[in-house]
Amino acid sequence: MGEVIYSAKPLWAVLVSMIAAFLILLTGEKHRNLREGWTILAALIKFGLVFSLIEPVLAGKTIEYTLITLLPGVALQFRVDAFGLLFGVVAATLWIPTSFYSIGYVRTLKEHGQSRYFFCFAMCLSSAIGVAFAGNLLTLLIFYEILTIATWPLVVHHEDESAIMGGRKYLVYTLTAGCTLLLAIGITYSLTGTLNFTSGGFIAGHGSPGLLILLLAMFIAGFGVKAGIMPFHEWLPSAMVAPTPVSALLHAVGVVKAGVFGCVRVILFVFGPELLHQLGVWTILAGVVAFTVVVAGLLALGQDHLKRRLAFSTINNLALIILGVSLLSKNSMTGGILHLANHAFMKITLFFCAGAIYAKTHKDHVSQLDGLGRQMPFTFAAFTIAAMGLCGLPPVNGFISKWFLCLGAVETHQIIFLFVILTSAMLDVAFFFPIIYNGYFKKPLPDVAPKIDEAPMLMVIPLCMTAIFCIILGIMPNAFLNFFNIVRLAVANVLGG
Amino acid sequence: MIDQFPALIIVAPLLGAFLTPIIGWRYRQLCRPWALMILAIPLYAAGGALLQVIRSGPFGYNLGGWAPPWGIEYRIDHLSGLMLVLIAAIGLLAAINAKPGVSMDLKGKEPHFYTLLLLQITGLMGIVITGDLFNIFVFLEISSLSGYGLIAHGEDGAPMATFNYIIIGTIGASFYLLGVGYLYMATGSLNIADLAAILPNLYHSKMILVGFAFFTTGVAIKMGLFPLHVWMPDAYTTAPGPVSTLIAPLMTKVAAYIMIRIMFTLFQPDFSISVVPVATILGWMAVVAIIVGGIKALAQTDIKRMVTYIMIAEVGYIVMGVSVMNRPGLTGAILHIVNDACMIFGLFLIIGAISYKGHGREIYHFQNLNKKMPFTMAAFVIVALSMCGIPPACGFFSKWYLIMGTIVAKQWVFSITLLCSSLVNAVLFFRIIEKAYLAPLGGGAHGHDDDHEEEVIVRDEAPASMLIPILITAAIIIILGPLSGKIIAAVIQHAVPAAF
Amino acid sequence: MLEYILAKYNFWIYVVLMMIGLYAMMGKRNLVKKLIGMNIFQTSIILFFVSIGVKKGGATVPIIMGHGHGHGQHLIKVADYLNPLPHVLMLTAIVVSIATTGVALATLILIYKRYHTLEEDEILAIRKDPSSYKTLG
Repeated sequence: MGEVIYSAKPLWAVLVSMIAAFLILLTGEKHRNLREGWTILAALIKFGLVFSLIEPVLAGKTIEYTLITLLPGVALQFRVDAFGLLFGVVAATLWIPTSFYSIGYVRTLKEHGQSRYFFCFAMCLSSAIGVAFAGNLLTLLIFYEILTIATWPLVVHHEDESAIMGGRKYLVYTLTAGCTLLLAIGITYSLTGTLNFTSGGFIAGHGSPGLLILLLAMFIAGFGVKAGIMPFHEWLPSAMVAPTPVSALLHAVGVVKAGVFGCVRVILFVFGPELLHQLGVWTILAGVVAFTVVVAGLLALGQDHLKRRLAFSTINNLALIILGVSLLSKNSMTGGILHLANHAFMKITLFFCAGAIYAKTHKDHVSQLDGLGRQMPFTFAAFTIAAMGLCGLPPVNGFISKWFLCLGAVETHQIIFLFVILTSAMLDVAFFFPIIYNGYFKKPLPDVAPKIDEAPMLMVIPLCMTAIFCIILGIMPNAFLNFFNIVRLAVANVLGG
Repeated sequence: MIDQFPALIIVAPLLGAFLTPIIGWRYRQLCRPWALMILAIPLYAAGGALLQVIRSGPFGYNLGGWAPPWGIEYRIDHLSGLMLVLIAAIGLLAAINAKPGVSMDLKGKEPHFYTLLLLQITGLMGIVITGDLFNIFVFLEISSLSGYGLIAHGEDGAPMATFNYIIIGTIGASFYLLGVGYLYMATGSLNIADLAAILPNLYHSKMILVGFAFFTTGVAIKMGLFPLHVWMPDAYTTAPGPVSTLIAPLMTKVAAYIMIRIMFTLFQPDFSISVVPVATILGWMAVVAIIVGGIKALAQTDIKRMVTYIMIAEVGYIVMGVSVMNRPGLTGAILHIVNDACMIFGLFLIIGAISYKGHGREIYHFQNLNKKMPFTMAAFVIVALSMCGIPPACGFFSKWYLIMGTIVAKQWVFSITLLCSSLVNAVLFFRIIEKAYLAPLGGGAHGHDDDHEEEVIVRDEAPASMLIPILITAAIIIILGPLSGKIIAAVIQHAVPAAF
Repeated sequence: MLEYILAKYNFWIYVVLMMIGLYAMMGKRNLVKKLIGMNIFQTSIILFFVSIGVKKGGATVPIIMGHGHGHGQHLIKVADYLNPLPHVLMLTAIVVSIATTGVALATLILIYKRYHTLEEDEILAIRKDPSSYKTLG
């Protein structure tokens, strides 16, 4: 692969929000505006840092920074390649609208413990970027675990019974997963003596096929918990008790995507497509996630709570990403990795809308939304755009990634997976369009205001921005951030092309 | 100066201990500054000795100029250098922390406390520094006796717990002494280096086997290895706050040090593998210790008692690392001695601060504690996360090496036990964190700003002399983690026998 | 068999004493008896050490009397002298054991002051149910 640049930029991209987190804590409740200022300042700096990495990576370079040696041959090391950069860019970009939106949300609802909230938020972002830029499995695990812990206070934020129970469930699932990962990484290290990600994998030739399959299962189970692969998905709907911006950024972008990111890292950069073909397990893996795709879609149909419905849709889409990658063909990988970015933009818009509706009207069930489109037209317009995208309708960005996924399924001659992808699109239509229908066409409920009465500007503007972004990315996938090129480069790296 | 460091490490606290009552006779409040001053000397000397070892390898010091094997030799190598720094640092921090606790629990007994504290440190340092088997026994008893004296000052059940500790501790020490006797009978030497050279020819002698068995049992008692742990929970729970802070983190760790010395320096590693299957036995005892310690800890509602049961599990960790008999395992065990000492020390410091502020030790007393003592609780969270093995705190790294050790040894049951144990720790600590940080279950619903006037919780933080050691320890726990690679490269890898 | 025992009777005595001590420590309910057991236990070990230093056949303390002002051809026969080291070690061990006894006795005084009894089961009963203290005491 191309040349390596040694630069501390990845480190600073991680540290900037960590420093901001402590500044937030020091500033405290008394100086709210200053405290929020830190958040936004850090978000902008982080975006700038990550953005500045795009150009060198697209030029085929890798940015590396080694902090300190942890084990013989393994260091606390950041290495930015195309795939990591994609996740980093998505997280850093979406932090900006989420920051504004959070401020609007917590102030409208007069939430308690705001300092803790913003502190943990910033810590989560730090660790998400750390996960994205990690150069080896151990660094990845370290940030992954920090992410687990930093998310917990956000999940239990409401401090009522369902929040605490949701938090406990979250911890049980994710900490057990962390232990599984620790064991898997330990075995990998003892087999190979290295943990550095290598395009096309590094574990081939070490250990018997049986052991490798077991190892893959442990990795997928470990990362799959956060990615919501069935049967490890149960915590995600329960964690929807968190405030909506948390659900938006962390359960559409940060935490769950870290899980997906980990799965993909393991599939492509630890095991590698060739080894998976040899072992012949990719069909099993694809089968498991295909099952998740369909079942999560079906379960979403039955949810009346809006955020829970979105949570199941998240599970469905995350599995779709992993499905794309585990089909191991060029187009399916492109589709899967691209969907990682596209889904983030669409899902965050949907959560923003759900939050705006809740902040304005305290409604959180699908059946309560009748006629609300007239009161909150911008919110519902954004919701419609994002929902269309998830159904795979052009010109929203979801279309492109699903198109590539379908192409990939055809390419591998596994028509069943094509059906799975199409079925999931149908299910998306089935569970999103009733919401849109209720909002626009049903007779308004008595408490719906007759005139336009939107949520605060701090919430509406971010959600409109992300919705518009979804369309722009649908028409020009390379707009602004060069997503498509980055994805192409990532896939080319893996396939050695 | 530097070649007198080994003597200074022992002589300074020993003399200091004898002078403390004299000073305290008239000027009771001078005891603490005096003790702090005295304790700074071994810390400085130990640091210097460790640097010397890192620079130019292990060195010896012949006490009174008598050459070994006849004279008593003080020998500082990488392992003992590390332990010396650890003991000296924890001793100093514990003495700094002791002031408010002593004025509350041991009012008017300052001279007693500081004398015994210095003696305790002397004993522990002596065990680590000496290269003579019988000398280890003497220092072991010095530290134990001062420990008995300190613990007996505690709350209601303390005298009874102390008496039990005396009886069981004496059995442990006597077994150790018997082991020394058998080895002496067989070889005529007491110097560890000398014995290590003589013993390999005698490995199959019955006398050596019996001696080894007595050694292991005696040390296991002192270490609190299950099922020989019965004295430990009572003794450490009932001891006064500043006392358990001092003794609990160090005593078990130093006993673990003796075990590592016996198994890896005195005897060759393959003695414990092939001649007697002691490694396997110890490994399974460690599994039981970890499981039982975890379950017993889950059953406790008194946090101090809970921590003592966690200690039993943690001793299991160290023994497990020793028992797998490979490089990562032993590295993990030694690293865990350091890390666990810091973590247990941190926990007892925090418990001491909480009790000093008049809060109970039951878990439900932790309600809202983060608002009253935010810094203490922040430190508690750090220590707790480290205990659960969450990176980048140091607990993660020792756990990593221990697990690597079990993987290399292909002892899957051991690996699973370790992992489950960190999950148990997560349950143990998160139930407290939940209490401290979150509204009570069922009671305080969605607390919004405006309807939050019911009760005003006043911040009531521990005094600076307690808070500073707490925060230093928390910082050390975070810093030790990423630095563990460096520590291993500089120190621990030289402490692991080259045969691995 | 009997011969075997008699040949090393010193070891058998120490083992028997040790078992008596252990039994007293584990089996007796009275704390003073436990303490006495501890003492027997320690003494047995001291006796063991002392007996390994013994030599038969007129061996004596190792004070070497020089006949020839330091340049004689005198040979020191090992069998003629006792090894003093085990005995010296035991001086230290005795000191340790006395110190332990002292601390233990002090603790017993503390216990007696607090519970007015030295029977373990009674103390446990009082600790479990403090009201029973008066009826007993």
